[in-house]
Formats: sequence, structure tokens, C-alpha cells
Amino acid sequence: MKTEDYLALDFIDVPTLPADVLAERAAELLRSSGAMAPRSAEAEPAGPGKPAERFPLNRREFLTWLSTGIVIFISLGDVADAQETRRQRSGRPSGPSDFNAFLRIGEDGRVTCFTGKIEMGQGPITSLPQMLAEDLEVPLESVDIVMGDTALCPWDMGTHGSMTTRSFGPNLRAAAAEAKAVLLELAAESLKVPPTQLTAKDGVIFDQQNKEHRVTYAQLAKGQKIERHLTGKAALKEPASFNVMGKPQVRRDSLGKVTGKAQYAGDVRLPGMLYASILRPPAHGAKLKSAETDACKQIPGVQVVHEDDLVAVLHQFPDVAEAALAKIKAEFEVPEPTVDDKTIFDHLLKVAQEPRVGAHGGDLEEGTKLASKKFESTYLNSYVSHAAMETHTALAQIEGDKATVWASTQSPFGARDQIARALGFPPENVRVITPFVGGGFGGKSQSAQAVEAARLAKAVGKPVQVCRTREEEFFYDTFRPAAVVKIKSGVDGAGKIAFWDYEVFFAGERGASHFYSIPHHRTAASGRGFGGEGPHPFGTGAWRAPGNNTNTFARESQIDLMAAAAGVDPVESRLQNLTDARMVRVLKAAAERFGWTPAKAPSKRGYGVACGIDAGSYVAAIAEAAVDPKKGTVQVKRVVCAQDMGLVVNPEGAKIQVEGCITMGLGYALSEEIHFQGGKVLDTNFDTYELPRFSWVPEIETVLVENKELPPQGGGEPAIILMGALVANAIHDATGARLFQCPMTPERVKAALAKA
Amino acid sequence: MPDSIAFKLNGKPVHLGVDGERTLLWVLRTDLGLTGTKFGCGEGHCGSCTVLVNNVASRACLLKAKHVADKEVVTIEGLAPEGKLHPLQKAFMQHDALQCGFCIPGMILTGAAFLKTHPHPTREQIVRGLEQNFCRCGAHVRIIQAMQTAAAELGNMVKR
Repeated sequence: MKTEDYLALDFIDVPTLPADVLAERAAELLRSSGAMAPRSAEAEPAGPGKPAERFPLNRREFLTWLSTGIVIFISLGDVADAQETRRQRSGRPSGPSDFNAFLRIGEDGRVTCFTGKIEMGQGPITSLPQMLAEDLEVPLESVDIVMGDTALCPWDMGTHGSMTTRSFGPNLRAAAAEAKAVLLELAAESLKVPPTQLTAKDGVIFDQQNKEHRVTYAQLAKGQKIERHLTGKAALKEPASFNVMGKPQVRRDSLGKVTGKAQYAGDVRLPGMLYASILRPPAHGAKLKSAETDACKQIPGVQVVHEDDLVAVLHQFPDVAEAALAKIKAEFEVPEPTVDDKTIFDHLLKVAQEPRVGAHGGDLEEGTKLASKKFESTYLNSYVSHAAMETHTALAQIEGDKATVWASTQSPFGARDQIARALGFPPENVRVITPFVGGGFGGKSQSAQAVEAARLAKAVGKPVQVCRTREEEFFYDTFRPAAVVKIKSGVDGAGKIAFWDYEVFFAGERGASHFYSIPHHRTAASGRGFGGEGPHPFGTGAWRAPGNNTNTFARESQIDLMAAAAGVDPVESRLQNLTDARMVRVLKAAAERFGWTPAKAPSKRGYGVACGIDAGSYVAAIAEAAVDPKKGTVQVKRVVCAQDMGLVVNPEGAKIQVEGCITMGLGYALSEEIHFQGGKVLDTNFDTYELPRFSWVPEIETVLVENKELPPQGGGEPAIILMGALVANAIHDATGARLFQCPMTPERVKAALAKA
Repeated sequence: MPDSIAFKLNGKPVHLGVDGERTLLWVLRTDLGLTGTKFGCGEGHCGSCTVLVNNVASRACLLKAKHVADKEVVTIEGLAPEGKLHPLQKAFMQHDALQCGFCIPGMILTGAAFLKTHPHPTREQIVRGLEQNFCRCGAHVRIIQAMQTAAAELGNMVKR
């Protein structure tokens, strides 16, 4: 598509006024009133929750609107993981209660898909309509998608685990196919031609024997009131006949995002709204003893809310509220720290329960006897932050016994239930709308900010926005848990892995099982590593490919270390020990694109290799890195990543995700680590918590290994799991020094070099 | 006490009655409703709040309202007057140089200021020019490509 065409795309929502008009209006408002009144909203905010003015806004109108046209309800019960169906659901817009999404073909021929999934940069706002358009045979431009609005969309478990394309996608396609079948039946009646003689294309059904004998979807949907449930009987299109899927598409959110018009939760404005700054404890576990708020109350326009544990300062301007908060004199009782970022690993091993054995086979004792070389290693991984550029934000409005909350969340329905409990409202009286989310990576599954905004809105009777400061964002982040992996392993004289004894503590089981062909092996895990209580001094949770970053760092480092000791090239050594055809294919694809030539490590070339499986996708990468031995710094120069992710819906979108994984993964590999003393989080901003920068970014090549027979697998997470081992193995190849802890900071690199 | 602050905002004169000590970022976002300028860190590290002040990329979270008196401020909303996209905006779309999009307004304004002073940048210069802007999703590779494309287009426009 030519750039000129972008502006002509009518499906992209550009709801706000042009900037100059807006500025003029604001200026006029300020001049005429002489006050500092905020601009009130022209209309409801736009974003993935509301793609266009094409369907009615309020619930009653919505239900009426929904009752016309052709509606297909999609239940994830059959195909998706059971979690989607097990959970209790309520507050449905209408009708039956066993569906998770639906699509409607309207009398205007427009197709609308409703899903509780959200858009946080991973691209479903573009890829889901692609799938729908493909199997429904409509132009992509005629598809609208409504995401993450709990009043309009059916219950959804949340957007995580790379499930949107993987589990939701096939069902959406099946629903589209089902809708097409209904349309073909209607067309057969209308055209008086048997359905087998009809072809659907671009929203039109025509008679194969006379193309002028045709009827449009819009005509067919007119006056109809058809509801169907997904039976899964309608056949999906074969990849060979795809017109929309598998082809790059302009992101639907890109125009809004480059013009600043895309709305995030913090961009929603309501008349009379206030901004809250909330009193926070200095450390997790601290108890508020007293809060002196008188000085704060002297500031004109300030309102103070003190409700149980919640002390907040509200004002019509956020910066004034923040300055006023600083005037509160609060005393906290802070528990003595018992653990810090250095002692945490010993602490974790001390409190860990006996690891639970998962995958196992053969006899470890037997394997140990077979091994000519034996290895025993301990790998450490630190707490890391999600550090999305958008901090947790929410705006809540309470009207009578109803609440509407715009929230940056990966879990709109989870947020709805939490808010309902906090307010004492039934869940159906709470509507959570999810505008564009400014990055999540697992960190926005918790929505405490939305609950706070709702509580404050209820307390003051005005809409209230809570937008976390960066310090609050670090403090309340549910970090990727610190973890320890202990591996005992050995190789025989021929370089085959003889035994593998793997124990992981607090990273979780995802990615813990190896995929090599090893006769005697055992994998055991202790502690999931999620949750606020227990071994960790603060909240921990899912972080882009949870668990797998730690497990793949440990496994692929150990595999490399054994290859080096056996004097075998690291790619060759892996191939010797692999029988899994998908893994062999991606590893060979990466090696070929990289231009790999075999050499025993350390070859001084600075080449690293790593393989892994995540979210159903197979990935292998090869990197070239340079180490500055004096400074201890590492520059990754080039990464080639091969990925088999099944059927690729949007190749460009998939490549973007791989690039994002590699770039983001450099952070946990090289610099990212939360420093803390007990419950006090010492990192409060990006000055000490260092994110990857432009100068860190290597040349990245992505090879998508074709596998069209397999349904789409996850794409937003797999490649990131490789980065720890990829960098560690490249450092070893460059210098002979082995790193056993992420991040591989200059100090740790220098320490390893001194030992090498 | 409100001060009277006059400046040019996205090409139009603005007279504000605000306390001059207030943070420019929040004056833009709340008083003026220009929400394209994002809050990311509040301490000038991340660049999400970047605006142009007299053509210089500046962190609105570190500026006070009084600092822009009599100056020209351009926010992301002012970069595409009358719906005509800036070459950088087009290039970001063309290269899919965004994911969550939260850093993008700041990124584009930083890039726009950079291209004014570096009309024929090398890759290394682009990297240095954007080094202080963070993107957590990892769109860096494509942002660099978008910068190169926009530089070429701006170069052609000058030639024409």
C-alpha cells in the first residue's frame, strides 16, 4: 500500500478534533472563563473499545442494534484451554451465557467482532480482523473490532500467555466460516440456486454460472434476526487460498498512534474530573501509623480522602495534587529488612519446598555411570520489572449504583470484578472500558489502580483519575520472580548427553522441560513464583514468557557448557542430541541464515546459540557479540532468529514481535535487575533501572519457518526466552568466561573474566 | 496566583492563565487537552513527553509553564496540520515502527527535531539522536528504518 493511501483508510478511527481547532478552543475557553478549567470530553473516548461511531453507545441502543442482522456466538469451550470456560462469568450483554465472543453482520454489510481481548501493542486489533475477513470472505476494511469493553464484549479471561491468536483466533475463523455458511443458505433461497453453485467473495455471493446473479451480505442481513452458535462444522479455508491472512497489513492503530490521537486510559477526559495522588508506604509490609493532612488541605482546590488504608489528595490538575501530597506528614512502621538483592537466592533456596518431579525417564544413576564428563551448575536470575512506558492508569466515574472505569489493563473482566467487590456493586453494574494499553508484558493483569480510582470516585462524587508515577509503578510492579536453577548433567565419550537432572526454584515450570533426546533425565520444579505473599518481599507475577526466560537461560547455558567441554561445535552438539524435527528445522534455519561455520568454543568469534519452545512456537537464534574486557560491557552486534509458529497470520506483525522480544530481552540479559532491601524497592526510575537503548540494538534478521499445517502459535513471547543464554554463550565464545547469573552486568562480566 | 503566559502552540497563539510554576506536561495534557504528549517517567529519562520548543526537542515533564512564555511549542497534534502527515509519521506507519505506541509521539518529535539539524544522517547519528528515548516494546530497529526513510523523503522535498 502506498503511503498516500493511509489517509484514505476510512476504518481507522480519528475521532478527536484537529490539533489547531482543539488548541484554539482550549485557548478560548481559558480566555473567556479566566479559570483553569480542564477541557471536557466532546464524546466518549475512542480506541479499541469503540472503533467508530458506527454502533450505538448506550446499552439499550446497543442491545437493539445487536438484535438485528446475523450474529454468531463463539464459545471457546472446545478448542481453548479449559480455563476460559471454567471461570465464572456474569454481566453478559444479552442472550446465551456460554460464549466468549461474537460477531455480527449488520444490515449495512459491516462486520463487527466483539472480544474481551485488549490491544497493548501485540497487534490483535489488526490480526483478528484479518482472520475474520479471510474466512467470512469480506473486505478487511468492512470489519470493525470492539475490544476489552465489559459492557459490550462477552467475558474473557484476559490477554496473556500468547493466547489471543493461538486460542481465540481459530475460533474466530470458525465463527466466520459459520457465518458464511448461513449467508450461503440465505443466498441460495434468495437467488433460487443451490448453495453448492454459489461463491462468496468480498461480501457478495454470486452464482458461479452467472456472476451478475448476485446478492450482497448487506442485502441478506437486512431484516434478519438470526442467532447461531458456533458448531465448528463449517470448514476453514485452506492456506493456499488465503487472500488476507499471511499478507502484511497496515496496523489499524498506527495512524492514531503517530498523530497522538490514539487514546490511552490517561487521555480520557470527563467534565469535573479530578486527579488523585495517593500516599504510598516506603516499603512493602509497612503499616501507616499516622497521616497529618492539614497543611495539604490549605491548598485551594485540594480534596483529601482518608478511607481506611487509602489516603489520597485530589485536585483538578495532577501536578497540583502531586505537590500537595508532598505536604502530608505520614509516619509508617517499617519492618526490618531480612533479605536484599544479594541474599535473595540463598533465602529462596532455604524456604523452597521439595521440588515436584515433572518429566522424567530412564535412571539417573545409570546415566551418571555412562557419562565421561559431569557438570554441576547453579544459575541465578534476578527480579525484573515490566516497565511498560504507560504506567497503570484508570479513570472512574460513578453514577448512582453504576460505575464506568477506563483502565489500562490486560484483564478488563478481572478489573470489573475487583472494582465491583470494592464498591459493593454487582459486577454487571460496573463497566470497564479498555482503551489502547501502553504496554503490558504481563504486568497489567493486576488492576489495583482501577479499584483505587473507583473508590475515590465514589468517595468524592466526581470522576477520578489515578495515574501511577514511575516510582509507584516500580513499587507496585509484580516483578518477574528471582529464581535459581540447579543442573547436574553429563556427556558420554561421543558427545551425547547421558543424563540431565534439573531443578528449578521459583521460576515456574514453563520451559523447564528439555526437548533434547536424553536417555536418563529428571525435571523438577519448586514454587510457581507468582503472588504477593510467601518467599518474595513484594509482588511477583507473569513477565513476558513467564518462567521460560529463566529456564531457557539455564538449560541452554548448560548445553553450551557441555558442548564446549566435549570440544564439539555448539550447533553440531545440539543437532547430535536433538530428534525433535521442528527444533532441528529452526536451528538449521538460523544457522544457515547466520552463515554458521563449525568451531569449538571459545572460538573468539563471539558467537552464541540458543534454542527454546514457548507458547507452542519453536525458536532458535544465533548471535554475534563483542565484549570489552576492560569495561566488562557487551555489545550484541547481530541476531538471527528462526521461528516456527505454525500458520503465520501477519508475517510483518510476527517479525515485529520477534524484534521486540530480542530488543526487550537484551534488558534482562544485560542490565535489568531490581535492587531492594526487604520490602523497600530501591529502583524508582530509569536512572538506575536501565532499559535497552537504541545503541544496544543489534542487526536483527527473522526467519519464519513455514509450517502452515499447524494452527497459529504464540508470537509475542517465544523469542525473548533465548536472550539470556544467547548472550551468555556469545560471551563465552568471545572470551572463555562463563556467566551464571542474569543480568550480565559489567561487574559480573569482569568477575567472570577474572576467573576464566 | 495565575500568571498570564502567552505562547504559540501548534501555530496558534495561546494565552494561558496558569501558575507559571506548573509543569508544562500537565498544562498541555489537562488544561489544553493535548493528550498526545505522554507521561512516562516524570524525570526526563524516557522522552515520552517530548515536545518541540522553538524547534528543540524538550522534555515537557521537566519544563514549567513559564519556560515557554513567548516561545513556539509544537506537540504531536501540531505536526500534521490539516491532516497532512509529516514524513516521519508516514514513515513510522510504513515501517510498522510502533507497537503499543505510547513512546511514539515523543519519538517522532525527537526525530523531527533531529532531522532538522541532521538532514543526511548516518545510522550511527540516528542512534545517537534517539538514544535518550525509550521504547519498551522494542520497535527500535524499525524506528531507525523509519528515520532513514523520512530523511530521504525530506531530502527529496528540499531538492524539489
